[in-house]
Amino acid sequence: MQLRLNEDQELFRRTVRQFLEREAPLTTVRQLTDDPAGFDRGWWRKGAELGWTSMLVPEKHGGGNLSGEGLRDLAIVAEEMGRLVSPGPLLPTSVVLGAIAEATTVEAHSEAIERLLTGDAVAAWCAPAPGAAIAVTARPDGDGYRLDGVAEPVEAGGEADYLLVTARTDGGLSQFLVPAGAGGLRRDRLDGLDLVRRFARLTFDGVQVGQSDLVGSPDAAAEAAEHQLQTALVLQAAETAGAIERVLDFTIGWAFDRYSFGRPLASYQALKHRFADMKMWVEACHATTTAAALAVQQRTPDAVELVSVAKAYIGDRATEIVQDCVQMHGGIGVTWEHDLHLYLRRVTTNRVIYGTPNDHRRRVADLLEAADGSAK
Amino acid sequence: MSEDLQAFRLRAREWLAATMPRAEASADDGPGDGRDDEAWVRARELQRILYDGGFAGLCYPQEYGGQGLTPAHQRVFNEEAVGYEMPLLLNVPTFSICAPAILDFGTEEQKRQHLPAVIRGDEVLVQFLSEPRGGSDLAGAITRGTRDGEVFMLNGSKIWSSNAYAADYGLCLVRTDWDAPKHRGLTMLIVKVHQPGVEIRRIKQVNGNMEFCQEFFDDVPVPASDVLGEENGGWAVASRLLFHERTAVGGGSPYVSGPPGVERSGEAEPDLLELARAGDRLTDPVVRELIGESQVLERVADQLAVRVTDGISAGELPDAAASLLRLFMATSNVRRTQIGLEVAGPRAAAWPPSDFRDGGSYGVNFLFRQGASLGGGSSEMSRNLISERLLNMPREYAADRDVPFSQVRQSKTPAR
Repeated sequence: MQLRLNEDQELFRRTVRQFLEREAPLTTVRQLTDDPAGFDRGWWRKGAELGWTSMLVPEKHGGGNLSGEGLRDLAIVAEEMGRLVSPGPLLPTSVVLGAIAEATTVEAHSEAIERLLTGDAVAAWCAPAPGAAIAVTARPDGDGYRLDGVAEPVEAGGEADYLLVTARTDGGLSQFLVPAGAGGLRRDRLDGLDLVRRFARLTFDGVQVGQSDLVGSPDAAAEAAEHQLQTALVLQAAETAGAIERVLDFTIGWAFDRYSFGRPLASYQALKHRFADMKMWVEACHATTTAAALAVQQRTPDAVELVSVAKAYIGDRATEIVQDCVQMHGGIGVTWEHDLHLYLRRVTTNRVIYGTPNDHRRRVADLLEAADGSAK
Repeated sequence: MSEDLQAFRLRAREWLAATMPRAEASADDGPGDGRDDEAWVRARELQRILYDGGFAGLCYPQEYGGQGLTPAHQRVFNEEAVGYEMPLLLNVPTFSICAPAILDFGTEEQKRQHLPAVIRGDEVLVQFLSEPRGGSDLAGAITRGTRDGEVFMLNGSKIWSSNAYAADYGLCLVRTDWDAPKHRGLTMLIVKVHQPGVEIRRIKQVNGNMEFCQEFFDDVPVPASDVLGEENGGWAVASRLLFHERTAVGGGSPYVSGPPGVERSGEAEPDLLELARAGDRLTDPVVRELIGESQVLERVADQLAVRVTDGISAGELPDAAASLLRLFMATSNVRRTQIGLEVAGPRAAAWPPSDFRDGGSYGVNFLFRQGASLGGGSSEMSRNLISERLLNMPREYAADRDVPFSQVRQSKTPAR
């Protein structure tokens, strides 16, 4: 859990937790397994009323946050959603909302902002993972552009009403907000590990977009895309941190309740020591998430490194913690009936989406090398 | 209300630039270079310069010679101090372990005698805790303090005390009541290090380092006024020393002054990038992943230190959380020394005499890898503490609980 929250943030956390426990307990998550969208639109609208969608949007555009630091407030929602492996496109919708609301083109997208804020619409963020090539191109065509190529895997890509697309141009990068109904767009749902988080392959075959669909100026697109990635990584880290904290909590409870040879599992030193390691890892995951959130929120120069530090560390550790908790549970831990696999699915998905831990370690090394070069 | 952080940063920056010498990369020729005494004289001089400039003992109360500032001020100062020659030898244990315990438990007289002297650089402190009979079971100490009127006669031996040869006073845990159960018969004495009856031997470690010492006490008289805390209440003081030690070793002490992760001026963090470049391996993606991983561990260690120290000071985490820092440092050191060995490759085992830093140092660091998992209490003790004190799991069985200490069975032969 994030420490040192102010009173408003603590109250908000409790409200979010109560809402999720009431409206989306794990039984609901299981029921949504066969739902094509993986979440309920009415439920999402209620979440939007609680403020989930408004945190990264300035007040003058209809948003607002609690502490003046919207990303840190939003990380509270992500962490609570991790605790209950919640459904819903919080990450892509937030990243897209933040992007279009802070771009110079904000006025052109006021309708989309309004619909996303109220929860009437949801969004998908189509950008490659760090180090991967951008497989969508934008070429001038008449007054606008035509988009060609493939984006995959795109979170909520099959359900989204708006898509924020990063495309290669002759001059560099451009970003466009594309309505889901655009002609030439094909959306194929992918099968996935997570029971309620959906991904899609989006094929752009001559999709026509106009100047008014541009998000920001092309000059600023690379920097904007980097900030979007940073925001996504912070929300992903917070969600994973919330998930592993909850798994460790209930596994510790299990260790106290479960007896063998007349004594609780929690009394065996061999197991106590493993729990100590897991506790340390969970605290370290929270620490690096908080540091990354603060850096991205304040746009400090080290934000680019700290999001990759968080991803590289949490990506590895979270899956190890949950796997070890499976081991602590014994045979019940590998059954469909037990909730552990819901968490293992979520943290495993988070480990490999938006760059694997090794991708991010290489990114950290790249940054070190660049800093070393500029220091000489 | 203490000085605004930004104003403090600028004042520190200006003063450091005008006053402190720049750190020079140390001409480290390898293990055991024997420049220790010189370094101690220099550390005391540097501390005096900091004191005269009003930048010594930032988090110590003003009435005892400190500045009464917050841990955030100390962090700012540490960031600004990068690149300057600093009295880093005084950080552990003097500033971050021993002096805080005197602040916690000392009488007014003891605080006035020792703290201002420490902050001026006139007094170096050391812990006399572990004994040859074993380090983890600290409360089983058998060094004797036999009371005779207003004096304790000290007899026995302590070991693993860092830099005792260069210290002025030691905080010494002794057994004063053999009929009480082990935790209730201990007393902490403030002992003058250099006096008749105290013999100090230095211990050479596998990395060539000679900072650790063993002391032998032969009828050393210690005045009763030098008891720190209560007579037979020494375990409370020792526990507090251990808390400060875990915090310091884990990088979370507000009393540590100077750039983080460095023990001596000019001793930089291992530069894996330079090492890989020298070995023509920088383009290997696997090597790049290892370099990234090492950097990640370093960053997360600092981030965890911030979380835990802030959490403890705000009352959101118990003191026992300091063990998290201690364990993280130890386990990440295991991994980082492995990475260093891998990136260095054969040059870690055989290097030209002039290239110790970019070759042999990684081999030697690997040899000493477990040091970080042993010093300041073993990692196994940290795991016991985390599971028992943070997670409230059942305590390990102990055969010496509630038994008069004189009846507790002891090892047949001591380790040393």
